Amino acid sequence: MITDPLRTRVFRHTFLLIGCLVVIFPIYITFVASTLRLEEIFQRPMPFLPGGELFNNYFSAFFVGGRGLGGAQGIGAMVMVQNSAIMAVGITVSKIIISLLSSFGIVFFRFPGRGVAFWLVLFTLMLPVEVRIVPTYQMVSDMGLLNSYPGLIMPLAVSATATFLFRQYFMTIPDELIEAAKMDGATPMRFFRSILVPMSRTPIATLVVIQFVYGWNQYLWPLIATTERRFWTLMIGLSRMLATADHQADWHIVMAITIIAMIPTIIIVLSMQKLFVKGLTESEK
Amino acid sequence: MMGKRVIFKEKGLPYLLIAPEVILVMAFFIFPAAQALLQSVFREDAFGITRVFVGLENFQRVLSEPLYVRAIWTTLGFALCVAASTMAIALFLSALSTGIGKRAIVYRTVIIAPYAVAPLVAGVMWFFLFSPSVGLISYGLRMVGIRWNHTIIPGQAFFLVVLAASWQRIAYNFLFYLGGMQSIPDSLIESAAIDGASPAVRFWKITFPLLSPTTFFLVIMNFIYTFFETFPVIHQLTQGGPSNATATMVYRIYRDGFRGLDFGGSAAQSVILMAFVVTVVALQFRFAERKVVY
Amino acid sequence: MIRKLLFVGVCLAGVAAMAFAGGAREEARPDYPMELEMWIGLGGDLGQRIEEMAADFNSSQDKYIINVVEQGDYEEAMTSAIAAYRAGNQPHILQVYEVGTGTFMGSRQVIKPVYELMAEAGMPMNKADYLSQVTSYYSDLEGNMLSFPFNSSTPIFYYNVEAFREAGLDPHDPPSTWPEVAEAAKKLMATGNYSAGFTFQWPSWTQMENFSAWHNLPLGTKANGMLGWDSELVFNDEVRVRHLQQLADWQKEGVFQYGGRRGDATPLFTSGDVPMYIASSAAYAGIARTADFEFSAGFLPYWPDVAGAPQNSIIGGGSLWVMGGHSDAEYRGIAEFFAYLSSAEVQAEWHQFSGYLPVTYAAWELSREQGFYDKIPIHNTAIAQITLNPPTDHSRGLRFGMFPQIRNVILDGMEAALTGEMTAQRALDQAVSRGNALLREFERTIQ
Repeated sequence: MITDPLRTRVFRHTFLLIGCLVVIFPIYITFVASTLRLEEIFQRPMPFLPGGELFNNYFSAFFVGGRGLGGAQGIGAMVMVQNSAIMAVGITVSKIIISLLSSFGIVFFRFPGRGVAFWLVLFTLMLPVEVRIVPTYQMVSDMGLLNSYPGLIMPLAVSATATFLFRQYFMTIPDELIEAAKMDGATPMRFFRSILVPMSRTPIATLVVIQFVYGWNQYLWPLIATTERRFWTLMIGLSRMLATADHQADWHIVMAITIIAMIPTIIIVLSMQKLFVKGLTESEK
Repeated sequence: MMGKRVIFKEKGLPYLLIAPEVILVMAFFIFPAAQALLQSVFREDAFGITRVFVGLENFQRVLSEPLYVRAIWTTLGFALCVAASTMAIALFLSALSTGIGKRAIVYRTVIIAPYAVAPLVAGVMWFFLFSPSVGLISYGLRMVGIRWNHTIIPGQAFFLVVLAASWQRIAYNFLFYLGGMQSIPDSLIESAAIDGASPAVRFWKITFPLLSPTTFFLVIMNFIYTFFETFPVIHQLTQGGPSNATATMVYRIYRDGFRGLDFGGSAAQSVILMAFVVTVVALQFRFAERKVVY
Repeated sequence: MIRKLLFVGVCLAGVAAMAFAGGAREEARPDYPMELEMWIGLGGDLGQRIEEMAADFNSSQDKYIINVVEQGDYEEAMTSAIAAYRAGNQPHILQVYEVGTGTFMGSRQVIKPVYELMAEAGMPMNKADYLSQVTSYYSDLEGNMLSFPFNSSTPIFYYNVEAFREAGLDPHDPPSTWPEVAEAAKKLMATGNYSAGFTFQWPSWTQMENFSAWHNLPLGTKANGMLGWDSELVFNDEVRVRHLQQLADWQKEGVFQYGGRRGDATPLFTSGDVPMYIASSAAYAGIARTADFEFSAGFLPYWPDVAGAPQNSIIGGGSLWVMGGHSDAEYRGIAEFFAYLSSAEVQAEWHQFSGYLPVTYAAWELSREQGFYDKIPIHNTAIAQITLNPPTDHSRGLRFGMFPQIRNVILDGMEAALTGEMTAQRALDQAVSRGNALLREFERTIQ
């Protein structure tokens, strides 16, 4: 460990502190706004300290829903949290299972079409949802899957990142391990189940974080693949509340839902920070 | 080399293993991409009732439009600004945070947090702060004599989009630089310190060159990010305006196709964008193979 | 081997189950009660009110159930419905904003004209019952209503009464011409309390489309496209150019502040920051809820040296289109719903709640009897403004194909001039030629 002179240490802490403040500032103001009355938000300037409406606003956000979330059949963030969670978990689980299987096939077997399959998957990196939106919509609609969880999940269930990551990781597994397994008479699937998957805990954990965040934060696809309110995710709810034609946005509720939308992913990323950083940075080398 | 030397001998099993992935890729990537390719040579009404083959007319129409050419430049400028600012800041912060011991974890935790924040949410928060009507920052700026109205001042709109996207993206760059720095052996740095090199010199002479693979990887990932994943940020903050100052290529595809119902033109734009990304990535890889030393 | 296969089987079955879980949908539906889907582009209180209206209708009879689905904003509702149509699962009723009118009229086979629907159900519409200034926007050349004008509004001139008093302006006599607006703005600015004199929302709608009708100037030839798809845009004449240039100059002087392409400018007015605001008459409820000062509204300002001004303003908002491809029994149900919606009581209630214009004379009359306009005179202002003069070819409405895109082109042009990127003349010239290219493109797609 090198000890810096005091001047350097002050320099380090000052700028790190500034960096942290810039990161926190918008989140803090959002939180403050979520504890105010609408009229207080419109004051010039808006109060800098939390107000007294925390409970009311979050209660409305969770159970009543603001304007833009509908009336009679309106939904609150409760339903949206559930939908976001189903979508995020569905995407995460299917991406990991599908990628594990296919990377296993690609790395541990030799068969015609292997290279093509791998490049096919990598190619998907270059085809984000925005580019293929209309035909994808048509495809899902033809399958009768609009307004359903499978419809929300399937078009996003392939992951070049995950396949690539598992492939890289599998490549580093020593050949002796396979030899030993074969010697013991283990079938490929047994090897997969009892050796490979348990060994891959780090990349799996990393992908759980990455893909959960990815799934939770999806925007454009759920926006057009769902027309029924009971399938709305938090992102859809937010954008609906802000799409105001002839009415005024309910900023206090919008801000409460913004906070609600951030918390689960922030908790997951921060609680798995160490593992996640390790997996992410090791895999990309 | 893609496989291992020691392998299993089964013939049918691997096909079963890759089937789910290949089927989904076919159904939701290859097929829609082929559709876009096909659509780009047809003219079609909004409802898909009449469809006429027009050859390359859609491409010609799109490329001869000055505003589309401008969107290409906007996209590149946007990507450059986001990549440069996030990488510089992330590099700076991660360099500061390595070498202050255990206390760094507090800073790191905070700096990583925005990785978890959705681009849309980042857009909503910055929209709220800079809104010319309710925004706190726009109000503060007015107090010090700066007129903030990103709805009509193109430079401000561009700045705002870059700010919101970068705010969300620094965390990602930070994570990778941090990982990169942690994998540099302490002994290397320490010996330089014993030689009397200042922290800045140590950084530029040792750390930074060793990080070049990370830097290269981040350049590509940041470009892909700004190309595609910033859509919600732009959609929320500026809708591509004012006067197209923040209309990127992806935003144009969405606006012309899904909003403007010009499916032929939008499909042509998709094809151009795909070609563009494939070229950029391929070029970068070639360039990288030769230049980056590890 | 068996275990291996079993494992793969389970994995595949998982994927397959995902694929088909939502696939098995109920196909056989009982005939009655019949569910009819209605997609709307309004949210908030208004969307909620529409749901309540549908619920009232649903409980008034037991044969049909109207399901209201909020689809975000107008643009989203329209594009999702078109995507749904292409995929063969379009809703029964769709709320389309006025800008989308041309798109739907251009493809007659996609829609079921409302007059036809009502006639077939034995409930023909009597044109004389409806406010022609509202219905003409949505009617064909013979005056047959193609869509149901459900929620129409028109831009009016809101002003902060207290600010007027404070600045020594007459709060009962708002400026009626643009020079007077500028003069009032300067007086208001002199108090030092405001960041600008005036602002507006939906710039193309208020400052180009309505500005043109109000000055009896054509936006395009062929009666703004109503007489044929071969119309051409002509909004780059001296008056429009001068107005836009003037706005740009006023912006530089701080007299005017731009508030964005959509309805985002409202808080500028309601926070008391900008004392004059040109906005939709339907924005009334939202303004009243957040403004803690007294405000009122007058007619749109005009340029006194333009011969035809003031003519009458045109409407915006939404109308209900009936989508094609459904059964006669379903159409029968939709007709009954529309009949319910046009009854004087329902109409008057909706009008009074939302601030949208009444569609029938009966609803207007009823609202007057109920003393609504004595209570909120602003709503009468809006009606008086659209009925100020019998509409001319330039003020009946707009019917252009690809108008959602053309509106963006107009906004591009206006913003280019307001940012100072180019002169108003060049900006509008460019907008006209880009817009005409879109019109020609549309003409070719519908052949």
